[in-house]
Amino acid sequence: MRIALRIALAASAALLTLGVAQAQEKTLRIGTEGAYPPFNNLTADGQLVGFDIDIAKALCDEMKVKCTFVAQDWDGIIPALQAGKFDAIVASMSITPERAEKVDFTHKYYNTPPAIVAPKDSDIKGVSKEDLAGKTIGVQGSTTHFNYSTATYTDSTIKPYPTAQEYQLDLANGRLDAANDDIVVLQQWLDSPDGACCKLIGTIKPDEKIHGPGAGIAVRKGETDLVNQFNAAIDAIRANGKYKEINDKYFKFDVYGGES
Amino acid sequence: MSVVATDAAEVERPPALPRGWPRHRILGYALVCLWGAFLAGIVAYLVLAWNGELFAKYAPSYMTGLGVTLLLVSISIVLGAILSVPIAYARMSKNRVLSGLAYAYVYFFRGTPLLAQTFLVYYGVGSFRPQLQAVALYLPVVSNWLAVPLGDYLPQLDIPLGITIARLTLWDFFREAFNCAIFAFSLNTAAYQAEILRGAIQSVPRGQWEGAASLGLHKLQTLWKIVLPQALIVALRPYGNEIILMIKGSAIVAIITVYDLMGITRLTYSRTFDFQSYLWAAIIYLVIVETLRHGIEWIERRITIHLHR
Repeated sequence: MRIALRIALAASAALLTLGVAQAQEKTLRIGTEGAYPPFNNLTADGQLVGFDIDIAKALCDEMKVKCTFVAQDWDGIIPALQAGKFDAIVASMSITPERAEKVDFTHKYYNTPPAIVAPKDSDIKGVSKEDLAGKTIGVQGSTTHFNYSTATYTDSTIKPYPTAQEYQLDLANGRLDAANDDIVVLQQWLDSPDGACCKLIGTIKPDEKIHGPGAGIAVRKGETDLVNQFNAAIDAIRANGKYKEINDKYFKFDVYGGES
Repeated sequence: MSVVATDAAEVERPPALPRGWPRHRILGYALVCLWGAFLAGIVAYLVLAWNGELFAKYAPSYMTGLGVTLLLVSISIVLGAILSVPIAYARMSKNRVLSGLAYAYVYFFRGTPLLAQTFLVYYGVGSFRPQLQAVALYLPVVSNWLAVPLGDYLPQLDIPLGITIARLTLWDFFREAFNCAIFAFSLNTAAYQAEILRGAIQSVPRGQWEGAASLGLHKLQTLWKIVLPQALIVALRPYGNEIILMIKGSAIVAIITVYDLMGITRLTYSRTFDFQSYLWAAIIYLVIVETLRHGIEWIERRITIHLHR
């Protein structure tokens, strides 16, 4: 008993000092999905790469904090933030009123329109409700695109998938007539060999009520300091050209969208 | 019997249980209290977090999800039961090739996760679309009905007029996620059920077969009238377990876009971020499993009436 007690005491003392050491260094843990190229993606050897990751790294440099990244399933990403698994979500998360009830958002750090893709031999002419009536549309579940699809394409069958990769597979397989997602994600896929099956039908005019003002960084409710730091850092990298550098690394156009 | 009785009188009694509050008893009570508090906490949470608006909005989709789960599991269990008979037969066969094949089948489906099997069927089969479309089945389908009115109070009479031949391919089957789920689940549960059936049949003593043979009964008659009734008593519990495992196992089906109870729960949670959604799903699963358990106990009481004294 005595020995066990001593070991326990020693261990907790060691943990305490470790905790203090960590607090002094100040690391920020960033949660992201890792299945949404080109924004965030896991490479074959398990490294997180993408626009979101580079932006997050630039913001951390600007804020002079050390950042570590955590890959987390999209469905559980907000609960994981709330449970303290990480401190901020940089995962192309659209700022919506539904989510803003649970987390606090920074300003947007990019805003790109959604779009519709379909197989090359498809007879779909446009992106309106009538154009897609009777069709089966694939979309990633728990996203603004899913909410938009279920609200808009009421005459179509909406199939929610766990990640973007699965609806892409099913689109190539021919189980789906169309898919709805962010234009950048879809375009990247269409340009890859896997997306050879399909073509872009057109972009959708974003619905402010559903899509929100763009993608922002989410932090736990009430952490206003962190939000302010992130906002200042976003403005700083926009001003000093770091944002443009990252933007140009991934895209041929400006993904920030208009000033809002 | 009498020998046993005299021995019993001399047998030493087990030592009397210690009275008072020894350490393990205190620990036991403490643990029970802890569990009780945990349960009370859940109930209290459900009462406090009750949100009528949320309930009204999502309860119908929960019911739809429950329907999908029950339909999926019941069809798979029945198809699996049918499929398990030839597999169990092959497994017990003296033919090396046949028993080897059946063994390999069972080995594969019991040794790999249901999740992987479902994923393989859905996305794997999907990539063989051209080949699947080449395999076609031609079926006559009524294409034109003539509706004959029979007056105000009788339903109209439909007479089939035109018949066309429809070309159905394997792809038409595998295109639907629900069919893929049924396919994967049936194959999986068939492997387990075949083993249950085989074990139960082999648990019936050989003497039963020999006795029946000496009375001149045919092998099939022996199986049907003597062996199976005894074997199924043994198999009932494992069958019940298999259904329960299937119900819980079916929760993975949302990855191939079949939105069952668990899939609906996840969708609800991702929209509301309210832990209640998972608790309600857990309660519904618990109710199904409890109902099944009691049903199976009832059946067991009925079919073992002749064994009770």
